[in-house]
Amino acid sequence: MNLALSEEQEMLKKMARDFLRDKCPKTLVKEMEESEKGYPPELWQEMAGLGWMGLVFPEKYGGGNMSFLDLSVLLEEMGRACLPGPFFSTVVLGGLTILNAGTEEQKQKYLPKIANGQTIFTLALTETSAKYDATSISVKAKANNNDYIINGTKLFVPDAHIADYLLCVARTSEQAEAEDGITIFLVDAKNPSINYTVLKTIANDKLCEVVFDQVRVPRENILGQLDQGWSVVQKVIERAAVAKCCEMVGGIQQVLEMTVDYAKERKQFDRPIGSFQVIQHYCANMATDVDGSRFSTYQAAWMLSEELPCAKEVAIAKAWAGEACGRVITLAHQIYGAIGCTADHDLQFYTRRAKAAEVTLGDADFYREIVAREMGL
Amino acid sequence: MDFKFSEEQEKFRQEVRDFLEEELRQGTFKPSCDAWIQGYSPEFTKKVAQKGWIGLTWPKEYGGQERSHIDRFILTEEMLRYGAPAACHWFADRQVGGAILYYGTEEQKRELLPKIVRGEAYVGLGMSEPEAGSDLASLQTRAVEDGDDYIIDGQKMWTSCGMFMNYIYLVARTDPEAPKHRGISEFIVETKLPGITITPTMDITGSTAWAEVFFDGVRVPKQYLIGEKNRGFYQILNQLAYERAGLERLMGNYPLFDAIIKFTKETKRNGEPLSQDTLIRHKLAQLQIEFEVGRLLTYRVVLVIEEGHTPNVEASMAKAYCTTFEQHLASLATEILGLYGQLLADSKWAPILGMAAHSYLGSKGYSLQAGTSEVLRNIVATRGLGLPTQ
Repeated sequence: MNLALSEEQEMLKKMARDFLRDKCPKTLVKEMEESEKGYPPELWQEMAGLGWMGLVFPEKYGGGNMSFLDLSVLLEEMGRACLPGPFFSTVVLGGLTILNAGTEEQKQKYLPKIANGQTIFTLALTETSAKYDATSISVKAKANNNDYIINGTKLFVPDAHIADYLLCVARTSEQAEAEDGITIFLVDAKNPSINYTVLKTIANDKLCEVVFDQVRVPRENILGQLDQGWSVVQKVIERAAVAKCCEMVGGIQQVLEMTVDYAKERKQFDRPIGSFQVIQHYCANMATDVDGSRFSTYQAAWMLSEELPCAKEVAIAKAWAGEACGRVITLAHQIYGAIGCTADHDLQFYTRRAKAAEVTLGDADFYREIVAREMGL
Repeated sequence: MDFKFSEEQEKFRQEVRDFLEEELRQGTFKPSCDAWIQGYSPEFTKKVAQKGWIGLTWPKEYGGQERSHIDRFILTEEMLRYGAPAACHWFADRQVGGAILYYGTEEQKRELLPKIVRGEAYVGLGMSEPEAGSDLASLQTRAVEDGDDYIIDGQKMWTSCGMFMNYIYLVARTDPEAPKHRGISEFIVETKLPGITITPTMDITGSTAWAEVFFDGVRVPKQYLIGEKNRGFYQILNQLAYERAGLERLMGNYPLFDAIIKFTKETKRNGEPLSQDTLIRHKLAQLQIEFEVGRLLTYRVVLVIEEGHTPNVEASMAKAYCTTFEQHLASLATEILGLYGQLLADSKWAPILGMAAHSYLGSKGYSLQAGTSEVLRNIVATRGLGLPTQ
């Protein structure tokens, strides 16, 4: 039992924190939210140069051969800095899925280009039902000679409008169980038969409606097995949910620190507001939520890293962190007062991101059901 | 980073489980909530002592096993899970022994620690008074120097282990002229000494786990002053961190958790087990999530102790959080049971041994005893986060 990071992880954490503090100020975050692409290509290339995209890929694909736990440390710092851009989409949703389910050919073809920052990926999973279950998959991929033709609408797909490839989760056959007959396709995102609309979201995080209109995909672009994609998707959701938790932990850690600093500085009634017990108790509650999120997230991340079955631990982490974020943000707003509700203030970056993270990749209700199942109820 | 226990640690856990299973089989105890504070069994304590499981982390020269705090964590986790009657030795093992080790003289260690380890010394906690709860520093029990002794006069209340103790760990005022925090000292006092009167306090659950202790001219030899005279307040703060550090703050009513889950699986309503009701399902799942988070926060405390630091902030955070879980559990259990949730243990028709009603009442004290949740949050805020006091 050991909750401490390794020396290398501490170094990675410090290096990432210093780099992002320098290169990703809130002015950049704001600029990117307002831009069409949502990320700065120069910064993207610098990150690739640091080896961040390929961090967990084996060396033969241009990667750093590090672990999912190491990536978790990096993701936490990205969450702390509110890093804009398609890192999560490309690496967590795209790269890790190809690494997990791709053929050797596919890995050789796609992973090195992810590692060197050349290609952007995302996962087109959720549809208008807005749920993460197999019954929700209704986008169809119909066999046609050596190809498949995809039709349908995906919703809330992050960074689809700038992606080079989409991993599209489609239904290839109707079977008795909804989990059967689902296939993952590697789709050229620049195909003109795909139409993108960027949704206006609370976090300005470039979630897209993606409409497939007779999109032809070659058979060799199936990722994993035909009709057996759902078990891969479940693993993607597990990894991505924990990765999202890491971002959340980074965000609320920063919110806690800045709020405590504010409470020490801000004076009303001739004393720092942090000397009032209510404010002190709010901060204590925030710290508890941050630490609880941290430990439950890293427990799940460690288990994934060790390839141990951890459906319960993942569910605990995501259910907890999502709601903990909400509580931390709410208390931060109470402590900051009106100034924290202005567009100019930094807090609102975290407020909006926390809400997006809470509902993405399964909310607390979704994961409570998984915990209930794991408890044998 | 590592979230699993070693093979030896898992073997130890199994060893403890096997022991408790055997005791259950023999009928020496029934699982109950708050057994660590209400379950007094000198016989059980003797058996635990024979296993070498009291003072597990203490130096061998005083009868300990020099095992890790993680091992103690595992031991207490199983004791709590099974609701075992460990109250006789709990307080001595958890904190008093540690205080003697930390602050005591060689003679004191040699006299007292082996007795605790053998399951012969039951030590009560003489801290709170009618006018000194959260404001412990304002305590009034007096210890006046007289030759080779101190004469103790005063009154303690909420004395843990009060009805069974043969020793009391006493905090008393030795210098009434000094600022209140700087005039307090600690003593270990045999309760058979003349002048000590113990009366039981019946709590809201009907149990008499705590007692009032009256000191009337009690003569205590000076050799039983622990640590430094007039530094007792700082010493007790250290001890309190250990009092707050443990899993009993999370698992005090754990038998109720197992029982209510089992109940929902076995009880049907409209032909379906209660555990299939979405609302019940999700509320129990939420409890499980809260439990797991509490367990991790308590792990963190243990690791701080293992590193050799006093877990003032970490234990405060963990206890404030964990007792909320315990209260939540008690509340939800009574909610699930509905009308049946009000039936006491010995009532006809009482489900799950009346644990829900009992724990609901007892749980009111969880966020108060050993540091109110308000005080604990103050500690997290001021000592942990550095927020100013004025």
